[in-house]
Amino acid sequence: MFSIASIATMAACIFLFGLIFSMVINVRQMVKEAESGVTITVFFDEGISQDQIDKIGQEIQARPEVTKIKYVSAEEALQQYVDEYMNGSEEAAQGLGDDNPLANSANYEVYMDDISQQSELASYIESLDGVRQVNQSVLAANILSDFNRLAAYVAIAIMAILLGVAVFLISNTVRIGIAVRSDEIAIMKLIGASNHFINAPFIVEGIVIGMTGSIIPLVILYFLYNKIVTYILGHFVFLSDVINFVPAGHVFVYLVPVSLILGAGIGFIGSQITIHRHMNV
Amino acid sequence: MIQLENVSKAYSAGAPALYQVSLDVDDGEFVFIVGPSGSGKSTLIKLLLKELEPTEGKIVVGGHDLSKIKKRQIPRYRRNIGFVFQDFRLLKDRTVYDNLAFAERATGASTRKIRSTVPKMLSMVGLAEKYRSMPDELSGGEQQRVAIARALINRPKLILADEPTGNLDMDNAWEIMRLLEKINRTGTTVLVVTHNLEIVSAMKKRVVRLKQGAIVDDEPAEV
Ligand SMILES: Nc1ncnc2c1ncn2[C@@H]1O[C@H](COP(=O)(O)OP(=O)(O)O)[C@@H](O)[C@H]1O
Ligand SMILES: [Mg+2]
Repeated sequence: MFSIASIATMAACIFLFGLIFSMVINVRQMVKEAESGVTITVFFDEGISQDQIDKIGQEIQARPEVTKIKYVSAEEALQQYVDEYMNGSEEAAQGLGDDNPLANSANYEVYMDDISQQSELASYIESLDGVRQVNQSVLAANILSDFNRLAAYVAIAIMAILLGVAVFLISNTVRIGIAVRSDEIAIMKLIGASNHFINAPFIVEGIVIGMTGSIIPLVILYFLYNKIVTYILGHFVFLSDVINFVPAGHVFVYLVPVSLILGAGIGFIGSQITIHRHMNV
Repeated sequence: MIQLENVSKAYSAGAPALYQVSLDVDDGEFVFIVGPSGSGKSTLIKLLLKELEPTEGKIVVGGHDLSKIKKRQIPRYRRNIGFVFQDFRLLKDRTVYDNLAFAERATGASTRKIRSTVPKMLSMVGLAEKYRSMPDELSGGEQQRVAIARALINRPKLILADEPTGNLDMDNAWEIMRLLEKINRTGTTVLVVTHNLEIVSAMKKRVVRLKQGAIVDDEPAEV
């Protein structure tokens, strides 16, 4: 009876782990994709010289988190504006006259690989001489990565509790096994059986419970994962452009060994605890 | 084989179970330990098996000072000792063969070796054809003989028997004692705790008498 409870708890634990793992791995991929578009835009003081602009560029480039920096001249900025807001219409552009209304819009687009450092980098750039304004693109990426972290913390907390319960239940299951076979154990000790010989069956029992408890949720998760991905992509067609799900194979190639090791480890620890407490050799 | 020097053992409360006991048993000796109930006989056996630690004194068995044997070395030490108890201590859910095989496997023997040793030990105690029986299907005397076969399986130098005939009728008791004597003749030292004074006086072996935890008499064997 106890062993069913142990397996169930273990299964719940691994199920949650797998769920969170799949989620985290997907969100991480989305964040990565979002990050590749993340920019900080840097505008300069009026009447600044090209030399100074180059110097600012070098200083930004020197930062380790910066992967790429791109200079956008006032003319290019205007062209971008026309392209984006006037459907590239030359006539409309002509209507703006000869004066470039974006004369002060020369800027650097700064690309980085880790958005968690975005605001730090922005304030650094703001402190540079000749910089008028720094625009940070507050992207979904930020929210995503915060959410990701929060989800991971919550998951770790819940898992820690479940793991504790699993260890407790497994060690109890093993303890009952030891009590049932106490005569046998007493005889083995008198015969001079090595501790290893006496303890091995109980350690195996613990590991089997742990592994069984992790295989069941893995199978369930595998089917569930594919079902969910298919469902989302089928019912929310617009999402299929935005979200790229990590294929099940990629998730499970990590999830399966990690879960099995976790299961076996928990079983091992659970049985070890009991053996240390109840087998005074 | 066994040297005890001023060995005392006190359980938590009350008078000590053994007090200042000194005893020498030579290699190949057969010794009866007798004395009233509660006189410390079982305590002595447990000390020799290192199931208990003496409160004071020194115990040497087969050249090993027991106080120097570490916890994890106890299994190895016990493999040199065969034990026989009043209640047989057989595994009830296994056949006679498996009871012996189990004891031999516990010490790391190969299946091949087990297959050759077990029948030899069973025929030594006259139970070769009962190897498939369960313990419950055997008489008390037969069960005790299985236990003796098991005690012999690692070819110990010393056999410790705590009231091995306590649950047996006279005929079976005699059979067990003769078996222990036969084992003794092969050079194994045998220490037998017993209440069966009739057999003790008939066998004319050395008799150590305990009373209230002390040796009160030590009669040598009659030749
Ligand atoms: N585990 C124990 N805890 C406390 N007292 C014990 C324990 N075992 C034995 N004793 C006491 O030690 C004394 C000797 O016991 P024991 O060696 O079993 O005697 P015997 O085998 O000669 O009958 C007795 O008074 C008994 O009550
Ligand atoms: Mg006794």
